[in-house]
Amino acid sequence: MTIHIKAYLASAALIALTAAAPAHAEVTLSFLVDNSPDSVAAAEALVEAYQKQAPDVTIEIEQRPGGGEGDNIVKTRLATGEMSDVFLYNSGSLLQALKPQQSLADLSDVPAQAKVDPGFKSVVSADGKVYGVPFGTAMGGGIFYNRAIYKEFGLSVPKTWAEFMANNEKIKAAGKVAVAQTYRDTWTSQLFVLADYYNLQAAVPNFAEDYTDNKAKYASTPAAMKGFEHLKEVHDAGFFNEDFGAASYDDGLRMVATGEAAHYPMLTFAIGALKQNYPENLNDVGFFAQPGDDAAKNGLTVWMPQAIYIPAASGKIEEAKKFADFVGSVEGCKIMTDTNTVQGPPLIDGCPLPADVPPAVTDMLPYFKTAGLTAPALEFVSPIKGPALEQITVEVGSGIRGPAEAAALYDDDVRKQAKQLGLSNW
Amino acid sequence: MARTRPRSQKSPYPLWFFVPAAIIYGIFFLTPTVSSFWYSLTRWDLTTAEFIGLENFQQFFSEPFLVQSLVNTLIYAVTTSGLKTVCGLLLAVLLTSNIFARGFLRTVVFFPVLVSTIGIGITFTVMMHPTKGIINAALGALGIAGPGWLTNPSLALFSVALVDLWKGVGLATLIFIAGLAAISTDYYEAARIDGATRFQQLWRITLPLVRPATITVVTLSLIGGLRSFDLIWAMTRGGPGFSSDVVASVIYKQYQAGFYGLSTAGNVILFALIVAIILPFSLWFNRREVVQ
Repeated sequence: MTIHIKAYLASAALIALTAAAPAHAEVTLSFLVDNSPDSVAAAEALVEAYQKQAPDVTIEIEQRPGGGEGDNIVKTRLATGEMSDVFLYNSGSLLQALKPQQSLADLSDVPAQAKVDPGFKSVVSADGKVYGVPFGTAMGGGIFYNRAIYKEFGLSVPKTWAEFMANNEKIKAAGKVAVAQTYRDTWTSQLFVLADYYNLQAAVPNFAEDYTDNKAKYASTPAAMKGFEHLKEVHDAGFFNEDFGAASYDDGLRMVATGEAAHYPMLTFAIGALKQNYPENLNDVGFFAQPGDDAAKNGLTVWMPQAIYIPAASGKIEEAKKFADFVGSVEGCKIMTDTNTVQGPPLIDGCPLPADVPPAVTDMLPYFKTAGLTAPALEFVSPIKGPALEQITVEVGSGIRGPAEAAALYDDDVRKQAKQLGLSNW
Repeated sequence: MARTRPRSQKSPYPLWFFVPAAIIYGIFFLTPTVSSFWYSLTRWDLTTAEFIGLENFQQFFSEPFLVQSLVNTLIYAVTTSGLKTVCGLLLAVLLTSNIFARGFLRTVVFFPVLVSTIGIGITFTVMMHPTKGIINAALGALGIAGPGWLTNPSLALFSVALVDLWKGVGLATLIFIAGLAAISTDYYEAARIDGATRFQQLWRITLPLVRPATITVVTLSLIGGLRSFDLIWAMTRGGPGFSSDVVASVIYKQYQAGFYGLSTAGNVILFALIVAIILPFSLWFNRREVVQ
């Protein structure tokens, strides 16, 4: 039994339309972005450039928190018809949780889409329609390392997990923190599990499909358990900073940039924050993919950037689409790469990488040059990501729960999400 | 008991005087309450609601951390309520006696009640940092290795409860001071003439006569403890892991994840839990009062 409250939405749209009725040429669009310094800086630069090009359009930037609080705001505002005319939000499974078919405007016919990377389009699509244009470059998920420490101890970038642990042992013996963990910001605890997906899909190629179809489980797939096991190994070996339970994301970046810690597992979007907060240390920070069992199968798990979307209930869809077209153009891409440090390869055909990029990006590029050395993270190939993963990984990383039990608990969490999304087979 | 007015006596006001209040109450209280019972039986995404029977409740009770959160809620409510009652009464006795700077001390005790809970949460989070926090730094200076107040899973809930005590004890003290002021000094005079000690006075006179205030403090702080959310969310977000999760924080996380039906079911359970605890409790207390 299904109850639709379309009538309410229709009337909301009607009110929005009548409000916009005195159709002067001048239009004001609202643009909701998350409050990370990178997003705000890029949004401001894009709006400034666009308003020069289209002087009759005024775009007002609104800010919202990131993480779970941000999800909450976006979902609630969409559902109540109070979303801004354009908004920035994650691609992949988080987008699917917004039910784009009902809540968002179709952006398939925006001209800029012709040059957008097909891999990106697939993570902002539902039922064959494209709902977003990219905001930023592709990112890698793996391990930041301090190059000064590696040089000092004569270490080399590890290609296998065993080598990584051996490096950690040497660093710990020298009295330094081997691996920074920052559980004050719980989301940072997920990296060892999520960034292991390249290794997982190399071992079990059809995992994403079977997982979405309720056939494969974390707890019953040994390769999927690896991420949880690795996290426990690193904790049990005592490689973490002493205050890992109370440290924050910013503490983690400081530790790896200034050489307090040798490693910090993170997404490469952190390069932007590193550049802003520790510009003099930026060249000390390198990056490598999370190593697996086999040095010959070393590859990188890739994250797609956020995208901008237009809610279906907006009364100014046409004007908003023109702005979206600008953001997705080569020009828009250049503005973003000039404003922020590049975090990985651009997703717009014809948008060049700047000449001087920090070492962490240089370290990442070789993976993209050879086919098969990158794989999109699981949240981009399956619509399901359990919301409690970050608490579960905090438990594993703090030694509260073992990996097998944690994986089983996460499977339960995933089931809840799949049922909420109304997927078949669950 | 209060005198009851004969029912037959007509109210001097016409019935439609009550209509505006009834409409507001109906729209903003009754409708959401009744519809939340319906939505707790559905899988709801704010636009569509699919009827799934009692599946949400089954889900809620089948998950280990949701059951643990129920236990934590009870521990938290009983701990904070008990501590607030005991400390509140002792402080009230102290602050009604003839001590130095009484007015100032009353203000000091009440002050935390006025400060924003989130502000207190953030401040104490900084102070309870395991290595850099002022509390462990002070303990370290005394040669004691302080624990991870908020990062040790078996300690986190109690650390938050202590902060809740610090924040809430002022209100309990205030209620007790009012209760103590209502006790006639004749009793104490008579007791002193009979040679009663200070402790006997407290145990035989103050405690029985301050019962109405005690009931108020216990009931209010128990309900407050059962619904507690803001301080826990500001300090631990239910962590580390799920170790300081209470029902309200679990409900909020389900809501955040977009499980609107499930979080509504959680609210219905929380409602039932509070009614199940507070109703017999207040009936029992009120009966005792009548018997006396």
